[in-house]
Amino acid sequence: MKKCRRCSKPATLHITEIVNSEVQTLHLCEGCAQSYLSQQDQPDPDEMSPAAAKLIEGADLDELDHIVCPNCGISFREFRSQGRLGCPHDYIAFEAELMPLLENIHGATQHCGKCPKRAPDSSQRQYELIKLRNELRSLVEGEKYEDAARLRDQIQSLEVELAEDQPEANDKDDD
Amino acid sequence: MDLETLTHKSGEWLKGQGPESDIVISSRIRLARNLAQYPFLSRADDRVRVEIEESLGQKLIDLPLKKPLSYFKVHTLENIDRQLLVERQLISRELSDNHGSRGVVLSDEENVSIMVNEEDHLRMQVIHSGLALDECWNEIDRIDDLIESEVTYAFSQQLGYLTACPTNVGTGIRVSVMLHLPALVVTKEIQKVFQALHKISLAVRGLYGEGSQAMGDFYQISNQVTLGKTEEQLIQQVKEVVPRIIFYERQARTALVKDNREGLHDQISRAYGILKNAQTISSEETMHLLSSVRMGINLGLIDDLEIPTVNELFIHTQPAHLQKIKGTPLESGERNVARASYLRQRLSGRHPGEVN
Repeated sequence: MKKCRRCSKPATLHITEIVNSEVQTLHLCEGCAQSYLSQQDQPDPDEMSPAAAKLIEGADLDELDHIVCPNCGISFREFRSQGRLGCPHDYIAFEAELMPLLENIHGATQHCGKCPKRAPDSSQRQYELIKLRNELRSLVEGEKYEDAARLRDQIQSLEVELAEDQPEANDKDDD
Repeated sequence: MDLETLTHKSGEWLKGQGPESDIVISSRIRLARNLAQYPFLSRADDRVRVEIEESLGQKLIDLPLKKPLSYFKVHTLENIDRQLLVERQLISRELSDNHGSRGVVLSDEENVSIMVNEEDHLRMQVIHSGLALDECWNEIDRIDDLIESEVTYAFSQQLGYLTACPTNVGTGIRVSVMLHLPALVVTKEIQKVFQALHKISLAVRGLYGEGSQAMGDFYQISNQVTLGKTEEQLIQQVKEVVPRIIFYERQARTALVKDNREGLHDQISRAYGILKNAQTISSEETMHLLSSVRMGINLGLIDDLEIPTVNELFIHTQPAHLQKIKGTPLESGERNVARASYLRQRLSGRHPGEVN
Protein backbone atom coordinates (compact mmCIF):
# COMPACT_ATOMS: atom_id res chain seq x y z
CA MET A 1 0.00 0.00 0.00
CA LYS A 2 1.24 3.47 -0.84
CA LYS A 3 2.26 5.75 1.98
CA CYS A 4 0.64 9.11 2.55
CA ARG A 5 2.64 11.83 0.92
CA ARG A 6 2.54 14.03 4.03
CA CYS A 7 2.98 11.58 6.82
CA SER A 8 3.96 7.95 7.10
CA LYS A 9 0.44 6.53 7.47
CA PRO A 10 -0.99 4.36 4.68
CA ALA A 11 -2.60 6.45 1.90
CA THR A 12 -6.30 5.70 1.73
CA LEU A 13 -7.47 8.59 -0.46
CA HIS A 14 -6.19 9.30 -3.94
CA ILE A 15 -6.99 12.76 -5.21
CA THR A 16 -6.61 13.57 -8.85
CA GLU A 17 -6.49 17.21 -9.86
CA ILE A 18 -5.89 19.13 -13.01
CA VAL A 19 -3.55 22.01 -12.36
CA ASN A 20 -2.49 24.22 -15.30
CA SER A 21 -3.81 21.53 -17.64
CA GLU A 22 -1.60 18.93 -16.03
CA VAL A 23 -2.90 15.89 -14.20
CA GLN A 24 -1.62 15.48 -10.66
CA THR A 25 -2.41 12.63 -8.29
CA LEU A 26 -2.01 12.95 -4.57
CA HIS A 27 -1.96 9.92 -2.28
CA LEU A 28 -3.00 10.86 1.25
CA CYS A 29 -4.19 9.30 4.46
CA GLU A 30 -7.60 10.26 5.72
CA GLY A 31 -6.44 12.93 8.13
CA CYS A 32 -4.12 14.64 5.69
CA ALA A 33 -6.70 14.44 2.92
CA GLN A 34 -9.25 16.22 5.05
CA SER A 35 -6.90 19.02 5.92
CA TYR A 36 -5.83 19.21 2.28
CA LEU A 37 -9.38 19.52 1.06
CA SER A 38 -10.27 22.11 3.67
CA GLN A 39 -7.30 24.30 2.71
CA GLN A 40 -7.16 24.15 -1.04
CA ASP A 41 -4.74 27.04 -1.18
CA GLN A 42 -2.12 25.21 0.84
CA PRO A 43 1.14 24.90 -1.09
CA ASP A 44 2.00 21.62 -2.69
CA PRO A 45 4.37 19.63 -0.49
CA ASP A 46 6.83 19.51 -3.36
CA GLU A 47 6.91 23.25 -3.57
CA MET A 48 9.72 24.77 -1.55
CA SER A 49 8.69 26.69 1.53
CA PRO A 50 10.33 30.08 2.07
CA ALA A 51 12.11 28.66 5.11
CA ALA A 52 13.52 25.79 3.10
CA ALA A 53 14.62 28.17 0.37
CA LYS A 54 16.48 30.17 2.95
CA LEU A 55 18.20 27.04 4.15
CA ILE A 56 19.49 26.37 0.68
CA GLU A 57 20.70 29.94 0.41
CA GLY A 58 22.58 29.45 3.64
CA ALA A 59 24.26 26.39 2.20
CA ASP A 60 27.67 27.69 3.22
CA LEU A 61 26.62 27.18 6.85
CA ASP A 62 26.07 23.57 5.96
CA GLU A 63 29.47 23.47 4.30
CA LEU A 64 31.07 24.85 7.45
CA ASP A 65 29.40 22.11 9.41
CA HIS A 66 31.18 19.53 7.33
CA ILE A 67 34.67 20.87 7.85
CA VAL A 68 36.66 18.16 9.58
CA CYS A 69 39.79 18.56 11.68
CA PRO A 70 42.51 16.52 9.92
CA ASN A 71 44.10 15.78 13.28
CA CYS A 72 41.26 14.36 15.39
CA GLY A 73 38.53 13.88 12.79
CA ILE A 74 35.83 15.87 14.57
CA SER A 75 33.50 17.87 12.31
CA PHE A 76 32.40 21.39 13.11
CA ARG A 77 28.84 20.05 13.29
CA GLU A 78 29.87 17.57 16.00
CA PHE A 79 31.51 20.38 17.93
CA ARG A 80 28.34 22.45 17.61
CA SER A 81 26.17 19.67 18.92
CA GLN A 82 28.36 18.60 21.86
CA GLY A 83 30.05 21.92 22.68
CA ARG A 84 33.44 20.28 23.14
CA LEU A 85 36.35 20.34 20.73
CA GLY A 86 38.28 17.20 19.84
CA CYS A 87 41.90 18.36 20.02
CA PRO A 88 44.07 21.48 20.31
CA HIS A 89 44.41 21.63 16.51
CA ASP A 90 40.67 22.34 16.17
CA TYR A 91 41.38 25.94 17.05
CA ILE A 92 43.30 26.14 13.76
CA ALA A 93 41.12 23.80 11.70
CA PHE A 94 37.93 25.71 12.64
CA GLU A 95 39.58 29.09 12.99
CA ALA A 96 37.17 30.93 10.69
CA GLU A 97 34.15 29.58 12.59
CA LEU A 98 35.59 29.83 16.08
CA MET A 99 36.90 33.40 15.98
CA PRO A 100 33.46 35.04 15.84
CA LEU A 101 32.33 32.68 18.60
CA LEU A 102 35.29 33.64 20.81
CA GLU A 103 34.70 37.32 20.10
CA ASN A 104 31.12 36.76 21.18
CA ILE A 105 31.96 34.88 24.39
CA HIS A 106 35.03 36.80 25.54
CA GLY A 107 34.90 40.07 23.62
CA ALA A 108 38.48 39.36 22.54
CA THR A 109 40.54 36.99 20.40
CA GLN A 110 44.03 37.61 21.75
CA HIS A 111 45.40 35.99 24.90
CA CYS A 112 47.35 38.32 27.15
CA GLY A 113 47.68 36.34 30.37
CA LYS A 114 50.20 33.85 31.64
CA CYS A 115 52.26 31.85 29.19
CA PRO A 116 54.28 28.69 29.71
CA LYS A 117 57.82 29.39 30.89
CA ARG A 118 59.07 26.74 28.51
CA ALA A 119 57.86 28.69 25.48
CA PRO A 120 60.71 29.91 23.23
CA ASP A 121 62.38 33.09 24.40
CA SER A 122 61.17 35.18 21.46
CA SER A 123 57.54 34.23 21.99
CA GLN A 124 57.95 34.93 25.71
CA ARG A 125 58.85 38.49 24.78
CA GLN A 126 56.06 38.69 22.22
CA TYR A 127 53.81 37.88 25.11
CA GLU A 128 55.38 40.43 27.34
CA LEU A 129 54.61 42.94 24.59
CA ILE A 130 50.97 41.87 24.31
CA LYS A 131 50.62 42.06 28.06
CA LEU A 132 52.18 45.51 28.28
CA ARG A 133 49.98 46.84 25.49
CA ASN A 134 46.98 45.55 27.35
CA GLU A 135 48.13 47.25 30.53
CA LEU A 136 48.73 50.45 28.58
CA ARG A 137 45.15 50.37 27.39
CA SER A 138 43.78 50.09 30.91
CA LEU A 139 46.10 52.85 32.16
CA VAL A 140 44.84 55.17 29.42
CA GLU A 141 41.26 54.20 30.23
CA GLY A 142 41.97 55.00 33.87
CA GLU A 143 43.50 58.34 32.80
CA LYS A 144 46.80 57.46 34.45
CA TYR A 145 48.80 59.23 31.78
CA GLU A 146 52.17 59.45 33.55
CA ASP A 147 52.31 55.70 34.12
CA ALA A 148 51.05 55.20 30.59
CA ALA A 149 53.92 57.28 29.16
CA ARG A 150 56.45 55.25 31.10
CA LEU A 151 54.88 52.01 29.90
CA ARG A 152 54.83 53.28 26.31
CA ASP A 153 58.61 53.84 26.43
CA GLN A 154 59.08 50.34 27.81
CA ILE A 155 56.95 48.93 25.00
CA GLN A 156 58.91 50.82 22.36
CA SER A 157 62.25 49.58 23.60
CA LEU A 158 60.95 46.02 23.73
CA GLU A 159 59.69 46.40 20.15
CA VAL A 160 63.13 47.57 19.02
CA GLU A 161 64.77 44.66 20.84
CA LEU A 162 62.47 42.16 19.21
CA ALA A 163 62.98 43.65 15.76
CA GLU A 164 66.76 43.40 16.18
CA ASP A 165 66.53 39.79 17.28
CA GLN A 166 64.33 38.77 14.39
CA PRO A 167 65.61 40.28 11.14
CA GLU A 168 63.21 38.22 9.02
CA ALA A 169 59.56 38.95 9.33
CA ASN A 170 58.36 36.21 11.61
CA ASP A 171 55.01 37.18 12.94
CA LYS A 172 53.18 34.13 11.79
CA ASP A 173 51.73 31.98 14.52
CA ASP A 174 52.94 28.43 14.51
CA ASP A 175 50.83 25.44 15.39
CA MET B 1 44.53 10.16 53.79
CA ASP B 2 41.77 7.63 53.18
CA LEU B 3 38.12 8.39 52.55
CA GLU B 4 37.00 7.12 55.97
CA THR B 5 39.22 9.69 57.68
CA LEU B 6 38.04 12.33 55.26
CA THR B 7 34.39 11.65 56.09
CA HIS B 8 34.79 12.56 59.73
CA LYS B 9 36.95 15.64 59.44
CA SER B 10 36.38 18.84 57.53
CA GLY B 11 38.39 20.92 55.11
CA GLU B 12 40.35 24.05 55.97
CA TRP B 13 38.02 26.08 53.80
CA LEU B 14 35.06 25.25 56.08
CA LYS B 15 36.76 26.60 59.18
CA GLY B 16 34.98 29.92 58.87
CA GLN B 17 38.18 31.92 59.16
CA GLY B 18 39.69 34.61 57.02
CA PRO B 19 38.47 38.05 55.99
CA GLU B 20 34.68 38.60 55.81
CA SER B 21 34.06 34.96 56.66
CA ASP B 22 30.60 35.72 58.07
CA ILE B 23 29.47 36.19 54.47
CA VAL B 24 32.31 34.85 52.33
CA ILE B 25 32.49 31.09 52.84
CA SER B 26 35.38 30.42 50.54
CA SER B 27 37.53 31.65 47.67
CA ARG B 28 38.56 29.33 44.89
CA ILE B 29 40.66 29.56 41.75
CA ARG B 30 40.89 26.81 39.18
CA LEU B 31 42.93 26.46 36.03
CA ALA B 32 42.14 24.29 33.01
CA ARG B 33 45.09 22.80 31.13
CA ASN B 34 45.61 20.18 28.43
CA LEU B 35 48.59 18.21 27.26
CA ALA B 36 49.75 19.19 23.78
CA GLN B 37 50.34 15.68 22.45
CA TYR B 38 46.90 14.19 23.18
CA PRO B 39 43.40 14.80 21.83
CA PHE B 40 40.90 16.39 24.19
CA LEU B 41 38.79 13.93 26.17
CA SER B 42 35.81 13.84 23.81
CA ARG B 43 38.19 12.23 21.29
CA ALA B 44 40.29 10.21 23.71
CA ASP B 45 39.60 6.48 23.65
CA ASP B 46 40.03 4.31 26.73
CA ARG B 47 43.66 3.54 25.95
CA VAL B 48 44.56 7.24 25.66
CA ARG B 49 42.68 8.02 28.88
CA VAL B 50 44.66 5.38 30.74
CA GLU B 51 47.91 6.74 29.31
CA ILE B 52 47.11 10.30 30.39
CA GLU B 53 45.88 9.27 33.83
CA GLU B 54 48.84 7.05 34.59
CA SER B 55 51.54 9.43 33.44
CA LEU B 56 49.97 12.53 35.00
CA GLY B 57 48.97 10.78 38.22
CA GLN B 58 52.56 9.78 38.95
CA LYS B 59 53.92 13.23 38.09
CA LEU B 60 51.36 14.95 40.30
CA ILE B 61 52.11 12.76 43.32
CA ASP B 62 55.79 13.61 42.96
CA LEU B 63 55.24 17.38 42.83
CA PRO B 64 57.24 19.27 45.43
CA LEU B 65 54.11 20.47 47.22
CA LYS B 66 53.29 20.42 50.90
CA LYS B 67 52.93 16.73 51.81
CA PRO B 68 51.14 14.51 52.24
CA LEU B 69 49.26 14.38 48.98
CA SER B 70 46.79 11.61 48.24
CA TYR B 71 45.94 10.27 44.81
CA PHE B 72 42.62 8.61 44.12
CA LYS B 73 41.88 6.69 40.96
CA VAL B 74 38.32 7.94 40.66
CA HIS B 75 37.23 5.16 38.24
CA THR B 76 37.99 2.56 40.90
CA LEU B 77 35.94 4.29 43.62
CA GLU B 78 32.45 3.21 44.67
CA ASN B 79 29.58 5.51 43.69
CA ILE B 80 29.15 6.60 47.28
CA ASP B 81 32.80 7.63 47.60
CA ARG B 82 32.68 9.62 44.39
CA GLN B 83 29.57 11.35 45.66
CA LEU B 84 31.33 12.06 48.95
CA LEU B 85 34.11 13.87 47.10
CA VAL B 86 31.54 15.86 45.10
CA GLU B 87 29.67 16.89 48.25
CA ARG B 88 33.00 17.90 49.71
CA GLN B 89 33.71 20.14 46.65
CA LEU B 90 36.92 18.21 46.02
CA ILE B 91 35.90 16.86 42.64
CA SER B 92 33.35 18.05 40.12
CA ARG B 93 30.20 16.24 39.18
CA GLU B 94 31.67 15.90 35.70
CA LEU B 95 34.71 14.00 37.02
CA SER B 96 32.47 11.81 39.15
CA ASP B 97 30.13 10.94 36.28
CA ASN B 98 32.70 10.65 33.47
CA HIS B 99 33.80 7.26 32.22
CA GLY B 100 37.23 5.73 31.81
CA SER B 101 40.48 6.24 33.62
CA ARG B 102 40.52 9.40 35.78
CA GLY B 103 41.93 10.62 39.05
CA VAL B 104 42.36 13.34 41.63
CA VAL B 105 45.20 14.54 43.83
CA LEU B 106 44.16 15.99 47.18
CA SER B 107 46.09 17.75 49.90
CA ASP B 108 45.36 16.78 53.50
CA GLU B 109 43.88 20.17 54.36
CA GLU B 110 41.64 19.83 51.29
CA ASN B 111 42.93 23.15 49.89
CA VAL B 112 44.43 21.64 46.77
CA SER B 113 42.65 19.42 44.29
CA ILE B 114 44.04 18.45 40.91
CA MET B 115 41.69 16.49 38.68
CA VAL B 116 42.91 14.36 35.79
CA ASN B 117 40.65 13.63 32.79
CA GLU B 118 37.79 15.88 33.71
CA GLU B 119 36.50 18.06 30.84
CA ASP B 120 40.16 18.94 30.26
CA HIS B 121 43.19 16.74 30.93
CA LEU B 122 43.92 18.82 34.02
CA ARG B 123 41.70 20.88 36.26
CA MET B 124 43.55 22.20 39.29
CA GLN B 125 42.03 24.22 42.09
CA VAL B 126 43.06 25.92 45.30
CA ILE B 127 40.36 26.79 47.81
CA HIS B 128 40.62 28.85 51.01
CA SER B 129 38.29 29.98 53.76
CA GLY B 130 37.05 33.59 53.58
CA LEU B 131 37.98 36.19 51.01
CA ALA B 132 41.48 35.08 50.04
CA LEU B 133 41.82 35.21 46.27
CA ASP B 134 45.46 36.37 46.23
CA GLU B 135 46.47 33.42 48.37
CA CYS B 136 44.61 31.08 46.01
CA TRP B 137 46.24 32.63 42.96
CA ASN B 138 49.77 32.50 44.36
CA GLU B 139 49.38 28.83 45.18
CA ILE B 140 47.70 27.71 41.99
CA ASP B 141 50.12 29.73 39.87
CA ARG B 142 53.01 27.92 41.55
CA ILE B 143 51.39 24.51 41.14
CA ASP B 144 50.78 25.28 37.47
CA ASP B 145 54.47 26.21 37.02
CA LEU B 146 55.56 23.02 38.73
CA ILE B 147 53.36 20.87 36.50
CA GLU B 148 54.43 22.81 33.44
CA SER B 149 58.07 21.96 34.10
CA GLU B 150 57.09 18.29 33.69
CA VAL B 151 54.75 18.39 30.69
CA THR B 152 54.04 20.37 27.53
CA TYR B 153 50.74 22.21 27.64
CA ALA B 154 48.56 22.85 24.60
CA PHE B 155 49.15 26.54 24.10
CA SER B 156 48.93 28.98 21.21
CA GLN B 157 50.41 32.44 20.82
CA GLN B 158 47.07 33.90 19.98
CA LEU B 159 44.62 31.94 22.11
CA GLY B 160 46.65 31.04 25.17
CA TYR B 161 45.94 27.75 26.94
CA LEU B 162 43.76 25.64 24.65
CA THR B 163 40.77 23.99 26.30
CA ALA B 164 38.13 21.49 25.26
CA CYS B 165 35.43 24.14 25.54
CA PRO B 166 36.01 27.56 23.95
CA THR B 167 34.46 29.21 27.02
CA ASN B 168 37.65 28.43 28.99
CA VAL B 169 40.29 29.20 26.39
CA GLY B 170 43.03 31.79 27.09
CA THR B 171 43.81 31.84 30.78
CA GLY B 172 41.70 28.77 31.55
CA ILE B 173 40.95 30.47 34.85
CA ARG B 174 37.80 30.40 36.95
CA VAL B 175 37.93 32.77 39.90
CA SER B 176 35.08 32.19 42.29
CA VAL B 177 33.91 33.31 45.66
CA MET B 178 31.15 31.54 47.58
CA LEU B 179 28.86 33.88 49.46
CA HIS B 180 26.14 33.28 52.01
CA LEU B 181 23.38 35.78 51.21
CA PRO B 182 20.29 34.91 53.28
CA ALA B 183 19.16 38.51 53.91
CA LEU B 184 19.29 39.43 50.22
CA VAL B 185 17.18 36.33 49.53
CA VAL B 186 14.61 37.17 52.23
CA THR B 187 14.29 40.79 51.09
CA LYS B 188 14.12 39.58 47.46
CA GLU B 189 16.92 41.94 46.47
CA ILE B 190 19.05 39.09 45.22
CA GLN B 191 17.62 39.38 41.71
CA LYS B 192 18.98 42.91 41.43
CA VAL B 193 22.41 41.64 42.43
CA PHE B 194 22.21 38.95 39.73
CA GLN B 195 21.24 41.44 37.09
CA ALA B 196 24.08 43.80 38.04
CA LEU B 197 26.59 40.94 37.98
CA HIS B 198 25.30 39.71 34.66
CA LYS B 199 25.90 43.13 33.14
CA ILE B 200 29.58 42.99 34.02
CA SER B 201 29.71 39.41 32.73
CA LEU B 202 30.17 37.66 36.04
CA ALA B 203 28.30 34.39 36.53
CA VAL B 204 26.24 33.34 39.55
CA ARG B 205 25.89 29.66 40.40
CA GLY B 206 24.67 27.57 43.32
CA LEU B 207 26.69 25.63 45.90
CA TYR B 208 27.62 22.83 43.52
CA GLY B 209 28.46 24.89 40.47
CA GLU B 210 26.96 24.71 37.04
CA GLY B 211 23.27 24.01 36.97
CA SER B 212 22.96 23.49 40.72
CA GLN B 213 20.33 25.40 42.63
CA ALA B 214 21.19 27.93 45.27
CA MET B 215 20.81 25.65 48.28
CA GLY B 216 21.06 27.21 51.71
CA ASP B 217 21.30 30.71 50.18
CA PHE B 218 24.84 30.03 48.95
CA TYR B 219 25.93 31.69 45.75
CA GLN B 220 29.14 31.40 43.80
CA ILE B 221 30.22 34.48 41.91
CA SER B 222 32.75 33.85 39.16
CA ASN B 223 34.24 35.27 35.99
CA GLN B 224 32.90 34.16 32.64
CA VAL B 225 35.47 35.72 30.35
CA THR B 226 38.80 33.89 30.19
CA LEU B 227 40.42 35.37 27.08
CA GLY B 228 41.81 38.85 26.43
CA LYS B 229 42.47 39.77 30.04
CA THR B 230 45.30 38.81 32.39
CA GLU B 231 44.71 36.53 35.36
CA GLU B 232 45.29 39.51 37.64
CA GLN B 233 42.62 41.56 35.84
CA LEU B 234 40.11 38.74 36.07
CA ILE B 235 40.82 38.25 39.77
CA GLN B 236 40.59 41.99 40.32
CA GLN B 237 37.16 42.11 38.73
CA VAL B 238 35.78 39.58 41.24
CA LYS B 239 37.69 41.23 44.09
CA GLU B 240 36.11 44.57 43.30
CA VAL B 241 32.55 43.35 43.17
CA VAL B 242 32.53 41.14 46.28
CA PRO B 243 32.83 43.97 48.87
CA ARG B 244 29.82 45.63 47.27
CA ILE B 245 27.70 42.50 47.57
CA ILE B 246 28.91 42.08 51.18
CA PHE B 247 27.84 45.67 51.82
CA TYR B 248 24.35 45.04 50.41
CA GLU B 249 23.97 41.83 52.41
CA ARG B 250 24.97 43.58 55.64
CA GLN B 251 22.60 46.42 54.82
CA ALA B 252 19.75 43.97 54.25
CA ARG B 253 20.56 42.18 57.54
CA THR B 254 20.54 45.49 59.44
CA ALA B 255 17.21 46.37 57.87
CA LEU B 256 15.74 42.98 58.85
CA VAL B 257 16.81 43.48 62.46
CA LYS B 258 15.57 47.07 62.53
CA ASP B 259 12.18 46.31 60.97
CA ASN B 260 11.26 43.37 63.12
CA ARG B 261 13.83 42.19 65.60
CA GLU B 262 11.44 39.97 67.55
CA GLY B 263 10.05 38.40 64.39
CA LEU B 264 13.51 37.64 63.05
CA HIS B 265 14.74 36.34 66.40
CA ASP B 266 11.68 34.12 66.62
CA GLN B 267 12.12 32.73 63.14
CA ILE B 268 15.81 31.98 63.72
CA SER B 269 15.13 30.38 67.12
CA ARG B 270 12.40 28.21 65.60
CA ALA B 271 14.79 27.10 62.85
CA TYR B 272 17.36 26.20 65.51
CA GLY B 273 14.67 24.42 67.54
CA ILE B 274 13.58 22.27 64.62
CA LEU B 275 17.16 21.30 63.81
CA LYS B 276 17.78 20.35 67.44
CA ASN B 277 14.58 18.32 67.83
CA ALA B 278 13.35 16.97 64.50
CA GLN B 279 12.99 13.20 64.15
CA THR B 280 13.06 13.18 60.36
CA ILE B 281 14.24 15.94 58.06
CA SER B 282 15.00 16.35 54.34
CA SER B 283 18.26 17.71 52.99
CA GLU B 284 16.45 20.71 51.53
CA GLU B 285 14.80 21.70 54.81
CA THR B 286 18.10 21.21 56.64
CA MET B 287 19.92 23.57 54.28
CA HIS B 288 17.16 26.13 54.58
CA LEU B 289 17.10 26.06 58.40
CA LEU B 290 20.90 25.96 58.75
CA SER B 291 21.01 29.08 56.60
CA SER B 292 18.74 30.89 59.09
CA VAL B 293 20.78 29.65 62.02
CA ARG B 294 24.03 30.71 60.39
CA MET B 295 22.72 34.24 59.94
CA GLY B 296 21.42 34.15 63.53
CA ILE B 297 24.91 33.43 64.87
CA ASN B 298 26.37 36.28 62.82
CA LEU B 299 23.72 38.65 64.14
CA GLY B 300 24.34 37.60 67.72
CA LEU B 301 20.87 36.05 68.06
CA ILE B 302 22.28 32.58 68.76
CA ASP B 303 25.26 32.41 71.09
CA ASP B 304 25.81 28.73 71.88
CA LEU B 305 26.87 27.55 68.43
CA GLU B 306 29.98 28.18 66.34
CA ILE B 307 30.10 29.06 62.63
CA PRO B 308 32.55 26.24 61.73
CA THR B 309 30.07 23.70 63.15
CA VAL B 310 27.26 25.09 61.00
CA ASN B 311 29.53 25.20 57.92
CA GLU B 312 30.40 21.57 58.52
CA LEU B 313 26.77 20.55 59.01
CA PHE B 314 25.87 21.91 55.55
CA ILE B 315 28.27 19.33 54.11
CA HIS B 316 27.97 16.45 56.59
CA THR B 317 24.17 16.23 56.35
CA GLN B 318 24.29 15.48 52.64
CA PRO B 319 23.39 12.00 51.40
CA ALA B 320 26.81 10.43 50.78
CA HIS B 321 28.25 11.89 53.99
CA LEU B 322 25.37 10.57 56.09
CA GLN B 323 25.72 7.10 54.63
CA LYS B 324 29.48 7.10 55.18
CA ILE B 325 29.02 8.31 58.76
CA LYS B 326 26.40 5.62 59.43
CA GLY B 327 28.52 3.10 57.59
CA THR B 328 25.61 1.66 55.63
CA PRO B 329 23.60 2.47 52.48
CA LEU B 330 20.37 4.30 53.33
CA GLU B 331 17.18 4.93 51.33
CA SER B 332 15.87 8.48 51.17
CA GLY B 333 13.42 7.99 54.07
CA GLU B 334 16.08 6.34 56.22
CA ARG B 335 18.47 9.17 55.41
CA ASN B 336 15.96 11.71 56.70
CA VAL B 337 15.80 9.87 60.02
CA ALA B 338 19.60 9.51 60.16
CA ARG B 339 20.02 13.19 59.27
CA ALA B 340 17.71 14.30 62.10
CA SER B 341 19.52 12.05 64.55
CA TYR B 342 22.92 13.34 63.44
CA LEU B 343 21.74 16.96 63.77
CA ARG B 344 20.34 16.35 67.27
CA GLN B 345 23.65 14.88 68.38
CA ARG B 346 25.80 17.60 66.86
CA LEU B 347 23.61 20.42 68.13
CA SER B 348 23.28 19.06 71.64
CA GLY B 349 27.03 19.40 72.02
CA ARG B 350 27.63 15.67 72.03
CA HIS B 351 29.83 14.32 69.29
CA PRO B 352 28.10 11.63 67.24
CA GLY B 353 29.38 8.22 68.13
CA GLU B 354 29.70 9.05 71.82
CA VAL B 355 26.08 8.22 72.63
CA ASN B 356 23.52 6.77 70.29
